[in-house]
Amino acid sequence: MKMLVCVSKTPDTTAKIAFKDGNKSFDENGVQFIINPYDEWYALVRAIELKEQNPAATLHLITVAGADAEPIIRKALALGGDEAIRVNMDSTDSYTIATQIAEVAKQGAYDIVFTGKETIDYNGSSIGGMVAEMLDFSFIPLATKFDIAANTATVVREIEGGEETVEVNTPLVISCAKGVAEQRIPNMRGIMAARTKPLKVVEPAAIEALTSVTSFELPPAKTGVKLVSPDNVDELVRLLHEEAKAI
Amino acid sequence: MSVLVFIDHADGNIKKSAFEALTYGADVAKQLGTTAAGLLLGTVSDDLTALGKYGISTIHQVSNEILNHLDAQVYAQVIAEAVQTAGASVLVFTQNQTGKAVAPRVSVRLKAGLVAGAVSLPDTSNGFVVKKTVFSGKAIANVAINTAIKIISINPNSYKTLATEGTAAINTLSITATQAKVKVTAVNKISGEVPLTEAEIVVSGGRGLKGPEHWGILLDLAKELGAATACSRPVGDAHWRPHHEHVGQTGVQVAPNLYIAVGISGAIQHLAGVNRSKVIVVINKDSEAPFFKAADYGIVGDAFEVLPKLTESIKKLHASA
Repeated sequence: MKMLVCVSKTPDTTAKIAFKDGNKSFDENGVQFIINPYDEWYALVRAIELKEQNPAATLHLITVAGADAEPIIRKALALGGDEAIRVNMDSTDSYTIATQIAEVAKQGAYDIVFTGKETIDYNGSSIGGMVAEMLDFSFIPLATKFDIAANTATVVREIEGGEETVEVNTPLVISCAKGVAEQRIPNMRGIMAARTKPLKVVEPAAIEALTSVTSFELPPAKTGVKLVSPDNVDELVRLLHEEAKAI
Repeated sequence: MSVLVFIDHADGNIKKSAFEALTYGADVAKQLGTTAAGLLLGTVSDDLTALGKYGISTIHQVSNEILNHLDAQVYAQVIAEAVQTAGASVLVFTQNQTGKAVAPRVSVRLKAGLVAGAVSLPDTSNGFVVKKTVFSGKAIANVAINTAIKIISINPNSYKTLATEGTAAINTLSITATQAKVKVTAVNKISGEVPLTEAEIVVSGGRGLKGPEHWGILLDLAKELGAATACSRPVGDAHWRPHHEHVGQTGVQVAPNLYIAVGISGAIQHLAGVNRSKVIVVINKDSEAPFFKAADYGIVGDAFEVLPKLTESIKKLHASA
């Protein structure tokens, strides 16, 4: 079994979001970067668990990013995985990134491609589905449980108002949400081992983006909270009904 | 050139979010000086001609019962063919579980640029630019779609449904669906509950409620409001509530008209899941709780006293209406 896990570098969840160059680009000044939590906590950890059950399995990581993402990739390798591949390209749109991942996946003949359910910066939830279409693989988004026996996967996925269980054969792409695995903390042995794991750099395939961000903006700030006394709950209800028209 | 809106459904009923998408699609069509049609895969018990009231001229239906179950690969193939048959240049989805599964695949199939998580009508004054939320609701990006066919997947609860008069014509499309590879073996729906992502009102509890045995007062309030219930991450992690109720950065992201947070301090990761809510009410006994900074209305007080009073007061309001 060959597994490929897509990981992305994102700003830390507590990062202050600001823009520069006339709101054309994200201001990285003072921002801490992390592995996208969905990629790390759920997709990667589940793939590592499957490799622990089946040590003969192959587990590779891929990121589409510039060299500044290498510390993040090393951190991911400290959790597990045999090697990592970095497609040397600053990320543009989802289609371009998916194309690079699909190219690598094709050459590596992977059975399962894992992604997080979305990145916490672009929130597109699109890479997994795009890669699946490019590879002609099945695609199960928003998995909350993932098991595999022989070449049949049993997946529980979120649907509106509940969940459903599906069976599907490999090859497939799966996007992972909370529930698939539990977050792990890398140990010292993992961190030492990650230093010598191969990190291959490949040049991107030439491809034109389908979309482009023209500018960013911040949502209007809240004007300030209106406090109501706990002894006057009726007043809150009146405000919600008459002023906010929310009930 | 026309607009085609994907109509999502489950258990024989069209989803509420589909009405928003249809209204949105009709408004895009008006803007472009063209017509909007709907596309339904599978079968429903609802009256499709009635969808005309959202400004839709025609409903294209591929009435193959296999399509009542979602296999993203099959859906993408059928939808891509329907787009070409209908000659559509704009395709609209809802960014829900179905849209997330299908829209990216259709984007690749048609080589059509996708904006996933859109929150505005396109600005066509200079190209075709759609706003989408980024950084988990902390910012908005203006995204230009640079391809002939454009796909917009709108966030649920981001566009107001508008129903007027009208009847849609039904057009049966004969598109052969490829063999499904995904087999659904079990469905587990929590019946009687409002789905969290579709809810107009969400009542959410945090550690301030001190334990799962105290959830009754929150459920009473939710019931009176017809609201969905949610919780903070620590509550989900401690299994006080089922994990699908966890809203926040790593849980579910919601954007209801009204979000009532009870006993939740408002960590930045929680706010990332709720900051697209139109009105936020915070009830917390700690006046320093950071959530008050993100709130529209607040009560500094003990949830165990405030919640029952709030439920009673809303009952009075409902009784007088």
